[in-house]
Amino acid sequence: MGDHSHGSPDDSGTVAKAGAGDLDKFQDPGLPPHRKRLADTDPRAEKRAERQVALLFIISIIGTLSFFIAYFVLGRPDNITEIRIQNSMLGLGTTFAMLGIGVGIVHWAKTLMPDHEISEMRHPIRPEADRVDAENIINQVIEETGIKRRPLIRNTLIGAIALAPIPAVFMFRDLDRSGKNANEMIEQLRHTMWDTNVRLTRDPSGTPIKAADVQIGSAFHVIPEGLDEAENMLNEKAKAVVLLMRLDPQKMKISEGRENWHVDGIVAYSKICTHVGCPVALYEQQTHHLLCPCHQSTFDLTEECKVIFGPAGRALPQLPIMVDANGFLVARSDFQEPVGPSYWERGKN
Amino acid sequence: MKALSQRRRHPLAAVALLLMGLLITGGLYMAAGSVNEAKAATGYTASDIEEGNKLFIANCATCHGLNAEGSVDGPSLIGVGAAAVDFQVGTGRMPMQMQGPQAQAKPVQFDDEQISQLSAYVASLGAGPSIPLADVLDTSKGNSAAGGTVFRVNCAMCHNAAAAGGALTRGKFAPALAGVSEKHIYEAMVTGPQNMPVFSDSNITPEEKRDVITFLKEIESQGSPGGAAMGSLGPVAEGLFIWTFGLGIIIAFTIWLTSRPS
Amino acid sequence: MATTTEYTPKTKTGKIANFVDERTGGSAMVKEFGRKIFPDHWSFMFGEVALYTFVLLLISGTFLTFFFDPSMAHVIYNGSYNPLKGIGMSTAYASTLDISFDVRGGLFMRQVHHWSAILFVAAVSVHMLRVFFTGAFRKPRELNWVVGGVLLILAMAAGFTGYSLPDDLLSGNGLRIIDGVVKSIPVIGSYISFFLFGGEFPGTVVIPRLYSLHIMIVPAIMLLMIALHLFMVVVHKHTQYPGPGRTNDNVVGFPVGPVYAAKAGGFFFIVFGIVAFISGLFTINAVWNYGPYDPSPVSAGTQPDWYIGFVDGALRLMPGMLGNFSFEWLIPLPWGWNTLSLNVLLPALVPAGIIFTLMFVWPWIERWVTKDSREHHLLDRPRNAPFRTAVGVAGVISYSVMWAAASSDLIATHFLVSLNDVTYWLRVLFVIGPILGFIVTRRLALSLQRKDREIVLHGREAGIIEMSPEGGFSEKHEDLDVYKRYNLAVFEDRKVIPAQPDAAGHISAKEKRRGALSKFFFEDRVAPVTPSELAAAKAAHGHAEVEGSEQDSIGH
Repeated sequence: MGDHSHGSPDDSGTVAKAGAGDLDKFQDPGLPPHRKRLADTDPRAEKRAERQVALLFIISIIGTLSFFIAYFVLGRPDNITEIRIQNSMLGLGTTFAMLGIGVGIVHWAKTLMPDHEISEMRHPIRPEADRVDAENIINQVIEETGIKRRPLIRNTLIGAIALAPIPAVFMFRDLDRSGKNANEMIEQLRHTMWDTNVRLTRDPSGTPIKAADVQIGSAFHVIPEGLDEAENMLNEKAKAVVLLMRLDPQKMKISEGRENWHVDGIVAYSKICTHVGCPVALYEQQTHHLLCPCHQSTFDLTEECKVIFGPAGRALPQLPIMVDANGFLVARSDFQEPVGPSYWERGKN
Repeated sequence: MKALSQRRRHPLAAVALLLMGLLITGGLYMAAGSVNEAKAATGYTASDIEEGNKLFIANCATCHGLNAEGSVDGPSLIGVGAAAVDFQVGTGRMPMQMQGPQAQAKPVQFDDEQISQLSAYVASLGAGPSIPLADVLDTSKGNSAAGGTVFRVNCAMCHNAAAAGGALTRGKFAPALAGVSEKHIYEAMVTGPQNMPVFSDSNITPEEKRDVITFLKEIESQGSPGGAAMGSLGPVAEGLFIWTFGLGIIIAFTIWLTSRPS
Repeated sequence: MATTTEYTPKTKTGKIANFVDERTGGSAMVKEFGRKIFPDHWSFMFGEVALYTFVLLLISGTFLTFFFDPSMAHVIYNGSYNPLKGIGMSTAYASTLDISFDVRGGLFMRQVHHWSAILFVAAVSVHMLRVFFTGAFRKPRELNWVVGGVLLILAMAAGFTGYSLPDDLLSGNGLRIIDGVVKSIPVIGSYISFFLFGGEFPGTVVIPRLYSLHIMIVPAIMLLMIALHLFMVVVHKHTQYPGPGRTNDNVVGFPVGPVYAAKAGGFFFIVFGIVAFISGLFTINAVWNYGPYDPSPVSAGTQPDWYIGFVDGALRLMPGMLGNFSFEWLIPLPWGWNTLSLNVLLPALVPAGIIFTLMFVWPWIERWVTKDSREHHLLDRPRNAPFRTAVGVAGVISYSVMWAAASSDLIATHFLVSLNDVTYWLRVLFVIGPILGFIVTRRLALSLQRKDREIVLHGREAGIIEMSPEGGFSEKHEDLDVYKRYNLAVFEDRKVIPAQPDAAGHISAKEKRRGALSKFFFEDRVAPVTPSELAAAKAAHGHAEVEGSEQDSIGH
């Protein structure tokens, strides 16, 4: 009932080899017979394919020309709409220029170039003899150097080679441009610009904030006064940014030693996440949650910013604040612990 | 407007200063409620308030209480000001259809006059932020670059740097800002709807608010110079696009390229 | 060279060839490559996509270097983008804006560069998945698999260093995350951070340093690796799918000249065209939206480019606290307390470490378990290697869960679910997803193999229902032709190899482990149909039609 005579193996390029020693396996029937294309048999189809390829190349030429039109006729755009138009015209011009060539060549190859699949035999990557020769040569080279017989030379050479790259590693010590020694480097991470009586000011305007300005439900993004004049402004800012909020003092849980860190419900917390350092800037005024937009660590403001969700492992550090004689909010001191992500030397506070 | 607001703020600030000098804690608490340019409901007639009261009782009192004193289902509206009503009702967030993580914008339920009457009624209950005047909404007077800076520091973490919106905790979210009117943006800033913090004039000045609105309107109207913005959602949208559309086209071409013609 | 026998070329081509050959010996190259055979299959093209996007990266990148200034010096922007006019920013960011708005075609080139970059890594990944799932990494290609893996890591490094260069708010926060991760490394972490940033974060040197890495060292090593990769492809010759006439000892396909060269060359222009189309019509990395880097602001939806996403997602999935237990540990040491941030260290290093280690050593694991040291030039259809396919899918799932976690906030806003719930679900999926994926995939592959067996034994369903004289209905089956049958019936049949005793008759613990793994992998298998089975089935089939056997009647 089966029809075994589909195609004749005599047209195939190879002779079956598989399973020579394996009798109960299907024999390789060899490559299926070659099927002729329309363009191989019908001269009109061939002519048509030729015209199609040429047309594609012409499309490419038009594409290139339209690129120039977009570049020169539109000139230097001076508003966003013109930039968008120029960008899309440059893009489409290039698209047609490239696709015209690419599709044209492939179409040419597919329809007009020979499509007989050819079989080529694989060769072993390298003959066995070569491997033996290589082994002998290497052994001979090693033998001639006498390195095995002269352990003194060998050992001193190993020592010299092991030591030689170490200076290159130490050369990179001054990648740190601060000129500080190791302890000073680490010590920097413990301190910020905040200090006793440094005013809290608005980011970015730098204007000081009165306690009366901060109403319940509001959130102020705060930088220390004088940040603009700081030597390494961005470095200082990266540690010193603070979020200032006010909530009902009744709702706050205040731990021992922090009783005077807030001003009647106005609290200041470091904006730098204790996870990996993104600004924890999202304040939900009704739930009193602070959310980090990078990895979703969530801190509860009513419980001194302890972690209630997400990958952070530690509460946000609180900046102790008070009011100065002029009614402006100022820091009581620097943070009592290092801000930002943890590091090996952080240890206990 | 500037002179007006300064004049209004001036005596209050002086009072606050004096009080703080004397007794810090008590004085602070009193001042806190009134820094936001408390303004009596000016420009509303008694009949507006009357009509507003009727609308309120019919539509809002179930949750907010007969005298807007609040209940377990809705907060007190005393002192929230006309701006809060205009924003919440004017964007369709109120009346709420059902309790959820947050009230969402939907088709507006009242006409402008009714919204104005409701605002009048709520404004009459206690001092609160009023509906902004045209001057602070005039984007031709704003500076978009300055507004962009303020926006990035105060707003972008929730609303996204291109104002495309973002997620908050437990199903809440900060909405995208395209298509929101100047007035509603301003009102949202001064009233802090839902979980949005309040950005009172003592935090972001009315001029800065105008700059922010100018910035938002400019980036909204100019569109993206590079072509379709794909929601301005950044690398996630770009990655998704290249894995679906980009590789999709490429696979289509590879299949064509290796197929045999007829 | 050609001094003894004077060869006089007759054609014009011959003259040029003679000139070149006498000076370079180029004829040998033409002889070697001119008619070299390459098999043709759509799934073999992803390596080319990767190569071509790399070329596009070199072209567009070179253009960008002419205009980009990697300095972190502070400038006031005065270009033509109004919403940033008068704002202080770094020179790097300002020059990126200038490229976008004040250099004609600069925005187009930036977009070509960035779209090519993420397409490049995507193409490398798909290419590697193809190589893995078809078993193309087996002897003699293990080393080329390793080179490919190194290229993937280099591609990620090139991508990340490039992503940071514009010094915009998005990439700046990305660098800050890197800083936080680096600081969590025990003992040396803080110092590495100081060395990277030239002091405290962000400093003023990191962008120029990343720039030298991005435009010199990383691409130079990549070029070297690509050369090595292609050299080995030529040495090994390409693999091919099994089929009639295609054996382990031959290559069937098209010669380089002209067909393969035309297709491959044309394909470069096609890839260029596709990238140009996307770059012309779709914005990528809208740095003007993000604003200049400043340590205070951050944007919602802060994410890395897709290829770093899985690490970012792992960082998001890891809980920092379990109840009151913190993953940030204080370690008591003789000199005091040190901090170990496992909540950062574990997700940043462990998943990526496991995935890449397994990827690199998998060829040797498979070789060890199967005790198979033969050369393989014929590929497996994924269904015919159920164990490998299942392992691969498990890996893809664990990667994808982390990847999805990197967009947890966007999943929450776009599918209106809670951000926290998305994280909880993905945590669960991270644990059970790969296991379920392994089981389901293996079952699926085995069922597909069984279906192939059915088709070989009983033919293809012809879609014609016949009624037997007894009134039974059955569908007519058509026999396969020899070529199709060969396609389905001949594949590599892997069996369990139990632990073997060594020369002393002792079974080592390692060999026992290998035996157990072999059992785990190959216990369930579907054997290929043998001609005798087919004959038996045919004989039975004659009866079946009369008796209405189970396999053939409707509604079994």
